[in-house]
Amino acid sequence: MALAPDAASRKSGSKLAAPGPWSGAGAGAGAVWGLCKGSGKTAYRTVVDIEGEEGPGYKCSCPSRKFPCKHALGLLLLWSGGAEVVGAAPAVPDWAEEWLSGRRQRAEKRAAAGADGATGGGGKEPADPEAARRRAEKRHRSITAGAGELEQRLTDLLRGGLAGADQRGYAAWDETAARMVDAQARGLADRIRELGAIPASGPGWPERLLAECALLHLLAQGYLALDGPPEEDAVREGSAVRDGAASEPAGGVRPPLPEPLATTVRTRIGLTVDTAKLLADPEARQRDEWLVLAQRDTDEGKLTTRRIWLYGRRTRQPALLLSFGAAGRTPQQWLPVGASLDADLAFYPGSGRLRAALGEQHTPPVPGHEPVDAGGTVTDALAAYGAALCDDPWLDSWPVVLTNVVPVPVQPGPSWQLADADGDAALPVAPDCGQSALWRLLSLSGGAPLTVFGECGHQGFVPHTAWAPTAADGTAAPEAVLL
Amino acid sequence: METTVPWSELVTAALLGAERRTPPGGSVTALLDAAAVETVRRRAGMLPTTAGPRPDPAPEDHRAPLPRAAAHRLTLLLANRWGTGGSGGRRGATPDLAELLPQWLAAANERGYRVPDAQLPDLLDAARARTDLRPQARTFAGPRGLWLARQNPEWKFVLRGTPGSDAGTGAEAGADAVPDGAVGPAGIPPGAGPDDEAVHRLWDEGLFSERVALLTAVRQRDPAAGLTLLARSWSKERAEDRLMFLDSLRGGLSPEDEPFLESALGDRSRTVRATAAELLSSLPGSALAARMAERARSCVGVDPTGGGAARSGAARVVVEAPHECDAAMQRDGVTPKPPAGRGERAWWLVQLVEATPLSTWPERFGDRTPAEITALPVADGWRQDLHAAWCLAAVRQRDPEWARALVGAPGAPLADGPGDPAKLLAVLPSAERADWAARFIAAHGLSEAFRILGVCALPWTAALGRAVVDALEIARDAGSYPWSFSGVMGLAERCLDPADADRLAPLAAVPDEPEDGAPGAGSYWSEAFQRLVSTLRLRAEMLAELRGEEVPASGG
Repeated sequence: MALAPDAASRKSGSKLAAPGPWSGAGAGAGAVWGLCKGSGKTAYRTVVDIEGEEGPGYKCSCPSRKFPCKHALGLLLLWSGGAEVVGAAPAVPDWAEEWLSGRRQRAEKRAAAGADGATGGGGKEPADPEAARRRAEKRHRSITAGAGELEQRLTDLLRGGLAGADQRGYAAWDETAARMVDAQARGLADRIRELGAIPASGPGWPERLLAECALLHLLAQGYLALDGPPEEDAVREGSAVRDGAASEPAGGVRPPLPEPLATTVRTRIGLTVDTAKLLADPEARQRDEWLVLAQRDTDEGKLTTRRIWLYGRRTRQPALLLSFGAAGRTPQQWLPVGASLDADLAFYPGSGRLRAALGEQHTPPVPGHEPVDAGGTVTDALAAYGAALCDDPWLDSWPVVLTNVVPVPVQPGPSWQLADADGDAALPVAPDCGQSALWRLLSLSGGAPLTVFGECGHQGFVPHTAWAPTAADGTAAPEAVLL
Repeated sequence: METTVPWSELVTAALLGAERRTPPGGSVTALLDAAAVETVRRRAGMLPTTAGPRPDPAPEDHRAPLPRAAAHRLTLLLANRWGTGGSGGRRGATPDLAELLPQWLAAANERGYRVPDAQLPDLLDAARARTDLRPQARTFAGPRGLWLARQNPEWKFVLRGTPGSDAGTGAEAGADAVPDGAVGPAGIPPGAGPDDEAVHRLWDEGLFSERVALLTAVRQRDPAAGLTLLARSWSKERAEDRLMFLDSLRGGLSPEDEPFLESALGDRSRTVRATAAELLSSLPGSALAARMAERARSCVGVDPTGGGAARSGAARVVVEAPHECDAAMQRDGVTPKPPAGRGERAWWLVQLVEATPLSTWPERFGDRTPAEITALPVADGWRQDLHAAWCLAAVRQRDPEWARALVGAPGAPLADGPGDPAKLLAVLPSAERADWAARFIAAHGLSEAFRILGVCALPWTAALGRAVVDALEIARDAGSYPWSFSGVMGLAERCLDPADADRLAPLAAVPDEPEDGAPGAGSYWSEAFQRLVSTLRLRAEMLAELRGEEVPASGG
């Protein structure tokens, strides 16, 4: 069900998960297909490619703009429910085969092109390296100007005092954000927009506003301390700078930022690394058995962002996969929570090397294990976040596994905590965490300790997945439940 | 930045602004630098808070876990629990999952499964929004459901384990809802022994809903103890609370309750008096019932000659309605003022007869059976009132013999019935109910059948199912639109035996349009039958999943 782009599709999809409207359905050769009777005369032809190398693919002759459409969802549900109508079939019908083979050939071509890129020094490299360098320099100048302008605005703000900020509303922030978009600094723009919401966020807002302004200032200063656009051959050795460039007197002569902090700053500003190039780089790749810890979608206006958290069994390293979908569409990438997959991940540089891109999957996902070995106490979780802040001071949270914790609703409210089963230490749950997830967590625990995966940050802890305590008879292995 | 400035000082400086006061460090940039360092340091150095009081562990639930496919099905049913939205919309050919949730829960409870812990909050939310789900949801939620509900005020209804008010053990049972089957007392508060100090304290200090739940729970184990509990504080309760408490005595009413109820006839509140009288009248051996019988006997009698000479020999019923409603009658719960449009004597008569034990009448009418009594002619146009009163009495006293006599032959013209046939049927044994309903539908079609079908037990018997499907087919061939029968269609989806799906499958084909039929009706009928068939298949699948069968027998 996690494939559905929104609640409405989920609902209509599950309504179609009944044998009624389906005919000519079958499964085989890594795909599921069927004819779905809709309101019109001709039935919709629906095909889902399950074993495609680039994640599941959907094709349906219906006019819906949603993706995947309700027919594809219904078909999948029906199939996964083991319904007889979608039995194993010896042959794929022609109409389905046509699309399937087309899709798989395209995927193979792309894969081949990627492989070429790896050996031939970048298949997607622009034809003219000189022009690319000029573009990068132009952008660098533009961002530098933007960061300078932002610094000026922050200075003005603090000269006048934050006291009036709650009366000023969003408009001033939005305008500044728009200026940063013009300056091609998306990262700055996003942070500024979030700043606009703080004065309305309840008691303690001046403190939060100052903290975020200061971090913004730190980021702008950080960028100004870089000298020049990112160049692969220009990894400089710099003197160790404590806590970023901000502690250096402004305007003074500064040594350039060291790596990997410089890359972190670039990433935070909005300069991204090309994924194809990254995947082609054997240095960045890491093969492991990756346990899928959680998957979450967030709707950010025009964009749906999907976050998938992984944990490497051998490397003992967390990883975050990001994928995006345009409005109304689900991001394509999907991995079953709780499963484990043997795959290559390519890690983006900077920001504590958390973000990664999924490379080759060597085997299909297999059932995973409860990540007890990855977990720790509440204190360990805070320490992990603290350590991660050394690499990236702009981090809001860090993925951690808590073992042996009990969810505690603290009345009245309730406001929630996750408390160590042994001892007095507890982590408050972040205030914006959904209540239904917390009740589910409490229900799963039944007052007993369990393993929880989530993000630990300065706002508190946000639980994503729980491994329920083993049944009393000890027969069933703990199963991952997405909260 | 040699000395660290405290965070609070930085915040104050930022709030004031550099124009009003020189910030620490001397400049705005220095202030921002210091704030950045301090922010990161504070974040990196966060310490755990002290844990609050942990919840007590939930009690063990030893019921079997759901089979995998059934657990998956529950997720789907709960995700679609809000139904298909507006009732006016066309429903298409796919099953309405929201309507299947109640029977899924009933079937799961019958097999003694426990709800998956992760689904428990969704289940409770669903039952919070739909009262018809509550009895089954409460059972399914089990001990962990109670444990969880105690921590969330939104789920308080779970703690009110009152099968009496939810499942309908009262006289109105089954009239408006499809019978649910037996419901266990899921929500008895823990440790409720009737003489327990804790029970007394909860009774004396608890919230109203907690007290009702407590009373019901105690009554269920020991009716007399419940009564003692209620008597402790009776005179101090508010009138509306007295009424509710009295009403909760309905389940498990026995002759031992009579003295208490008799004393409640003298209550200050009129509604409390009326309820006490009603409860007493459903105890056939009570003194109130005897007094009512005495009054009714003086009003209704038999004239063995049949009146006029022409029809000599045929007995008839004569009625002399009461001429006044005296204080004693009013004390026994007779309301003196009739509703608008009814004569007051007829109104008093109906109330007397309704509260009179039906066993009074065979003796009064020379040992005739109820069937014979109801067949007697009634003099002076009193038939309608007298029979209506008997109907009310048969329903209140749950007397199948009288109900059978009064409901009449299923083929009789509709206007003839003196009472509500659905309510009378609810008194009859289920096989007889189904049989009566099948013959009623064969005679009258479906237009009046909805409420009658509503009281028939699940799943419908073969004969009843056939009668409904035949009637639907007749309606289709007559050229009407299916949504005129959407109520019955909906019931059929829920109540027909799932095994009928294959027999019905041919109906889903688009029929030829009858010449005088409504345009397009054929394809709408086909769609409606498709939905019927697919719902039945889905139900069969649901049941197979609950039996733990991996490959569902959809029987294609």
